[in-house]
Amino acid sequence: MAKKSTDVSHNSDAMGAAVAPPHHSEWRRFARVFFGRKLYLIGFIIVVILILVAIFAPLIAPYDPNTNDLPNKLQGPSADHWFGTDKLGRDTFSRIVYGTQISMEIGFIAVFSSAIVGIIMGLAAAYFGGWVFAIIMRVTDAMMALPGIILVLLIAGLGGRGIPVVIFALGFGGIAGMCRMMCGQALSVTQNDYVMAARVIGMSNWRIMLTQIFPNAFPPLIVGLTMGIGGVVLGEAGLSYLGIGVPAPAPSWGGMVMDGQAYLLNNPLVSLIPGVAIMLLVFGFNMVGDGIRDAIDPRLRGVL
Amino acid sequence: MTAYIIRRLILGVIILLLVTMMVFLFVRLLPGDPLMVFMGNYSPSTQINTMTSEQHDELMHQYGLDRPIYVQYIDWLNQVLHGNLGKSLRVGQDISLLIGDKIGRTAYIGTIIFIITTIGGILAGIYCALRRGTWIDNTITTIANIGMTVPVFWFGVLLIYLFGYQLHWLPFFQWKDPNQDFWYSCKYLIMPVASVALGGIAGMARLVRSCMLEVMRTDYVRTAWAKGLSERVIVVRHQLKNAMIPVVTALGGTLGGILGGSIFIENVFSIPGMGRLMTSAIFDYDYQIVQATALIFGGIIIFSNLIVDIAWGWLDPRIRLS
Repeated sequence: MAKKSTDVSHNSDAMGAAVAPPHHSEWRRFARVFFGRKLYLIGFIIVVILILVAIFAPLIAPYDPNTNDLPNKLQGPSADHWFGTDKLGRDTFSRIVYGTQISMEIGFIAVFSSAIVGIIMGLAAAYFGGWVFAIIMRVTDAMMALPGIILVLLIAGLGGRGIPVVIFALGFGGIAGMCRMMCGQALSVTQNDYVMAARVIGMSNWRIMLTQIFPNAFPPLIVGLTMGIGGVVLGEAGLSYLGIGVPAPAPSWGGMVMDGQAYLLNNPLVSLIPGVAIMLLVFGFNMVGDGIRDAIDPRLRGVL
Repeated sequence: MTAYIIRRLILGVIILLLVTMMVFLFVRLLPGDPLMVFMGNYSPSTQINTMTSEQHDELMHQYGLDRPIYVQYIDWLNQVLHGNLGKSLRVGQDISLLIGDKIGRTAYIGTIIFIITTIGGILAGIYCALRRGTWIDNTITTIANIGMTVPVFWFGVLLIYLFGYQLHWLPFFQWKDPNQDFWYSCKYLIMPVASVALGGIAGMARLVRSCMLEVMRTDYVRTAWAKGLSERVIVVRHQLKNAMIPVVTALGGTLGGILGGSIFIENVFSIPGMGRLMTSAIFDYDYQIVQATALIFGGIIIFSNLIVDIAWGWLDPRIRLS
């Protein structure tokens, strides 16, 4: 409620001055909502820390993630090995740190590539309508009919093993959702008078789509993009757990859960800590996504 | 209503056809030889091939893989329509026979999870919406936020560690069907069901809660309060009925999530179901089984979405008339 009243006073100030509010105020309002709630702030901090961990992994990790040390295998936590060691004596903490790199890399690349393809498809469907719309929507229907993980399993399983295949599989799985979101947004933006005006002054179709519709339809998609990264990281972990994702020696979080499962009695941390890392990452991105949604959607502000 | 159902049915058939095409094209066009299964100790990293190219060509011919791809597709579709899913490359058995008892197990476990998820999620969501801001709401919402981030397989491993290894309360290997040993199978199912249901209930509760809050702010609910109706009537007749519309749409997605989750728990808890069949076929490069299982999973999802759409049209006249 307190938030609402400040909003009102802010607006009336702007109206009293009878000029358009200064440009930065939109960003400031966004920041106030986004950083105003503790949960979103925590999520944001988690994401920032994890990105820093991924970038500076070689400086943070005390050991090489792939160096075996058989005499010290399956040790419990100690001062030397914070989370103990796995069946080959590799330091679990170092593997978690390097695993952040793999998860982030796959998460960002897969989400952005699926976003590019999905956005183009969604824009085209919404703008051209008619049979273009019908075909694109039926194709996305078919892509969504298979549960995400099965589509991904199909591609990753038969396409060979390796990070590029995992990125392709998870990226492909995300296209349909992105396309649907973009199409929905673009359909409502296309109704606006400025799109008609652009058409009247003779802009080409592609120019209208890219300069008029896209910038106005995009902001709500940022939420989907942010949460998509969490989803992809979960998907990658799942594939690697099944042994179909990132190949063995690489320290992928899902693969670590599988590796440690047979040694739960010796050192449960090998299996359990990667799950906590996955949850932190997904939680962080989900909260940032929620925060962005709250901040850009005035209807939801302070209510949900 | 009849016209609406017919329209939906036609749409469902079209989507099913597109899914068969997609599954078929993926299996054929992805890098990797469909006959990898015959290539001795093949692994993608070594690329060792123990077959001569004449043997390879002969096998390609034997399995009809040397024909144009659309001929292969139409032939496969024709076989599937006649109930013949093909033969496993590795064991040479009819896939329909291989799937037979496995699909029953997956369906049995999936149904249990689906019922628990729906009822639990809806009840929790309603409760939170009605008691918004209380500590119970905050606790459930927090658990739901965390529950959505928990990887199914990891939660299964955690439960195995706690209740299997440490407390010795629940079995987690040596699966038995319910008709063999009912109580044992009930005990066995607690952990797998809990692993998948946690995320499902969390997502459902969040959705129901926000839909209920959305409806609470509408004019007709305010009018209902102003008329002096009892809380129970308002909640059940005015709010719940309208809040359920988006929830019913989401049920199709929930089912997809449960089927996806079943792939993981069948692997974590060694349950011989469809998901395990699919992953082991992927390891064996047995493309016939992969293709058949993906098709069956897709078919189940399309069929349940069809039912959801029809239910939706029945609940909300605006949909079927549009």
